Amino acid sequence: MEHYINLAIKAIFIENLALSFFLGMCTFLAISRKVDTAMGLGAAVIFVQAVTVPLNALIYHNLLGPGALAWAGLSAIDLSFLGLITYIGVIAASVQVLEMFLDRYAPALYHALGIFLPLITVNCAILAGSLFMVERDYSFGESVVYGISSGAGWALAVVTLAAVREKLKYSDVPDGLQGLGITFITAGLIAMAFLAFSGIQL
Amino acid sequence: MKAESKRTLLDPIVENNPVILQVLGICSALAVTSRLLPSLIMSLALTAVIAFSCLFISMVRKAVPGNVRIIVQMTIIASLVIVVDQLLRAYLPEVSRQLSVFVGLIITNCIVLGRAEAYSMKNGPWLSFLDGLGHGLGYSAILIIVATVRELFGTGSLLGQQLLPLKSTGGWYEPNGLLVLAPSAFFLIAAIIWAVRAWKPAQQEKPEFQIRVVHRTEVS
Repeated sequence: MEHYINLAIKAIFIENLALSFFLGMCTFLAISRKVDTAMGLGAAVIFVQAVTVPLNALIYHNLLGPGALAWAGLSAIDLSFLGLITYIGVIAASVQVLEMFLDRYAPALYHALGIFLPLITVNCAILAGSLFMVERDYSFGESVVYGISSGAGWALAVVTLAAVREKLKYSDVPDGLQGLGITFITAGLIAMAFLAFSGIQL
Repeated sequence: MKAESKRTLLDPIVENNPVILQVLGICSALAVTSRLLPSLIMSLALTAVIAFSCLFISMVRKAVPGNVRIIVQMTIIASLVIVVDQLLRAYLPEVSRQLSVFVGLIITNCIVLGRAEAYSMKNGPWLSFLDGLGHGLGYSAILIIVATVRELFGTGSLLGQQLLPLKSTGGWYEPNGLLVLAPSAFFLIAAIIWAVRAWKPAQQEKPEFQIRVVHRTEVS
């Protein structure tokens, strides 16, 4: 249990996908003007991460990894070079299925997430979640925890940035830094604040 | 025709830079830049992927029905990325390990899909190839500037060569530890944005709100 909590804290604070690996930056900077839209996007990311990382973990452990096809008597085959194309396919497909499922069974949540669900397919934080899972060789249980908590870390970062940007409207920014420039500096300062978490271990 | 090709190739480098003006492909621009060598390899990989994916997508653009185009584009891009990834693993295993997941993430780099969608679907193969190449070079320019500053002033060396002798080994340069850490990339890109927009004021964004200062003579 302690191992899982430790993994979650590491994924949320120390190795935050947005602030220490700079993943999902395009959406991170584009959809952080308002706190409520940022929250919608954050919820969508947590949701999709929680589904796709464990799913890709199952695929990797049972079909693609070195020796994974041993159950079919083909233990010499290593299909890991097909990884990239499989993961992105799984992500695109599960986002699509998720969208249809939510539309049918949870319309309230579907409308709250709105446009963000399809956008998430091209969010690199999602693909990176699966790639890190493979690189660090997480088991299925670990991948569930990692998926949820790395999504939560990303959501935390985007909501924080949106909150700061809402206040920033009232400040007098130099012309050349207006908009994108000052957003970068803000994100940098938030990233520095997150550096304070490094070294925390349970 | 000649002028148009030249414009397609050179425009994305300063006038319409993908990273600092269109806000695309920032993830990897920030993440791999702590050293120059991985950044060079990453630039090369991305430029190759984007130029060839624009070329191939433009070649098949008339045969692809509109509603499955994203899947076709993704498949072409993902196949090219796999080729690049396998080449790096075979010939430059050291750099490939340093870049870790970021080569794979070229698939979701929004510059690639953005150019495929916005340009290659409407233009011929040769122009699309140049457009992709230009955007790759614009991305590379930012990556190389950021990586040079970070490696030179963060560790005093460049491509592994010690240029500024460090205090710890008897020299005079005290390395700036902040530049090695992740947040410095944000500040450097902000500085580049500021410099380019001061040079070309047309790129400046309008503030959402104007703070109006009330002069004392207006107060009744």
